Amino acid sequence: MPVIECSNVGIRYITGDLKSIGFKDYVVKKLSGNYHVKDFWADRNVTFSLEAGDMLGIIGSNGAGKSTLLKGISGILLPVEGRIRVRGKIAALLELTSGFDPEMTVRENTYLRGALLNYTERFIDEKYSDIIAFAELESFQDYPLKQLSSGMRSRLAFSIACLVNPDILILDEVLSVGDGAFQKKSGDKMREILQSGVTGILVSHSVGQVRELCNKILWLDHGKQIAFTNEPGLYCDAYEEFLNTKKLPQSREDIETLAKDFAVRKEKERAEREKKEIEKLEQLLENGEKSTAVDAAVNILRKSRPDLLAEHLNHET
Amino acid sequence: MIKRTFENFKKHWFLFKQLVKRDFESKYKGTMLGMGWSVLSPLMTLLIMRLVFTQFFGRNTPHYTTYLFCGNLVMSYFRESTTQGMLSLRANAGIITKINVPKYMFLLSRNVSSLINFGLTLVLFFVFCAIDKITFTPKMLLLIYPVFCLTAMNIGVGLILSALQVFFKDTSYLYSIFLTLLTYLSAIFYRIDTFPERMQKLFLLNPVYVIINYFRTIVIDMRVPSLAYHGLCLFYALVFLLIGAWIYKKNNHSFIYYL
Repeated sequence: MPVIECSNVGIRYITGDLKSIGFKDYVVKKLSGNYHVKDFWADRNVTFSLEAGDMLGIIGSNGAGKSTLLKGISGILLPVEGRIRVRGKIAALLELTSGFDPEMTVRENTYLRGALLNYTERFIDEKYSDIIAFAELESFQDYPLKQLSSGMRSRLAFSIACLVNPDILILDEVLSVGDGAFQKKSGDKMREILQSGVTGILVSHSVGQVRELCNKILWLDHGKQIAFTNEPGLYCDAYEEFLNTKKLPQSREDIETLAKDFAVRKEKERAEREKKEIEKLEQLLENGEKSTAVDAAVNILRKSRPDLLAEHLNHET
Repeated sequence: MIKRTFENFKKHWFLFKQLVKRDFESKYKGTMLGMGWSVLSPLMTLLIMRLVFTQFFGRNTPHYTTYLFCGNLVMSYFRESTTQGMLSLRANAGIITKINVPKYMFLLSRNVSSLINFGLTLVLFFVFCAIDKITFTPKMLLLIYPVFCLTAMNIGVGLILSALQVFFKDTSYLYSIFLTLLTYLSAIFYRIDTFPERMQKLFLLNPVYVIINYFRTIVIDMRVPSLAYHGLCLFYALVFLLIGAWIYKKNNHSFIYYL
């Protein structure tokens, strides 16, 4: 039984005159027939389904409708067309730190967030120390949130969402939080969570992350569904090539061509890089002083033929 | 529907508690007197009114201090609760647009802190009654009824206003003007029996006055209002509550377009 099922989902925003106008403007515009409201379809005809343990990566350039789709799945926005079915408890991380109260302490914010995600007090009591430990905020528990750096805040939000054992975890651009060490830790945590059968949705501009973590891909472009697939490698290649050429694929062949082009391009880039490096070193060898030249030569060897160097060292001793 | 709302509420009890705590703390953080302020402010109004109006209206009104206090007590609860409630959606826009939570929770939690303030002022009110040589009777227990109706009404008005405030930002300004007018129309410092009979009836159209008058009838006149009068209180409470609930139900998912 699918955990998340979207069939022909269309989500619409209304824009135009309705936002931040007062009574007077409203009445005047209504009377003079100047009141215009425009529909804006952020998503149209999106269809996919996820089983338990799936990790879906949603890719697409800015304005593709990724975040709106997540809002639909987490129940904040209602789809105007189609149907979204969700089975299980969602912990959604849409723009991480919003919803925190800067005046309240780390502890209070953790409890508030837990409550907002619809957990019981006893459950949060149990998890609290784990959450703080994972976020590495032990010595900041009673600091008001406004005194924490933005990285710390993101770490807290990430820890809460991950440690509350949700059935469905929705992450919108959040794996890039914190410093390098925390990024590694959060990536590991994500993999661990996914292995325990949690269904995940990841929106990320880093194709590398999607490629690494996801087993399904949903590709959106301006609200249209380009593809839903379980071949993340192929489609990530195609997507990266698309980012370069800006040509939308129309068919399966297009995808394959794009992916092939991508491989060719990557290979070319790699070759070019290598060539440049060798050129640089050769120059050093030719023009440098004796000692630098020798160093450079050793460097080349160390990179391209480490085995040779090791043998040589063995001989010496 | 009522049963479902109730179950929903039970499910969100922890959230409710957390929100109340947050609202309460954020309100009094950094003020030296803390909660004292909200008790002091109706007291100040009362003293000023007592000083200014006794000359004009107080001479032939028995227990004029208590008369004034009844008006101020009810009016300040209504004012605080509804103005706080009005901003409950907008102030929590950051949460509402990111997490799916029942939106009325934000309003209810704000109403709790207003209710606590009201309770404190009520204690003070009884102290003043004693000073004003009011006889305490068991009938005063009936005051729970108008307080209950007023609270329901405040929630209803808050629901309506907070929705309007999302659609039209200037609701806040218009409402503060309206509140000033309402204060003058609620017979807080004057008596209505100087008006012709028919005019007096019109005052019953003002729900705040109806509640104030209930207080005065019990505390000063030591009479229990008629059954019809009880019905009128409940009627206002239910009307506002139902309209508010209906607006929320209808727009539950459209608020987000405006926030």
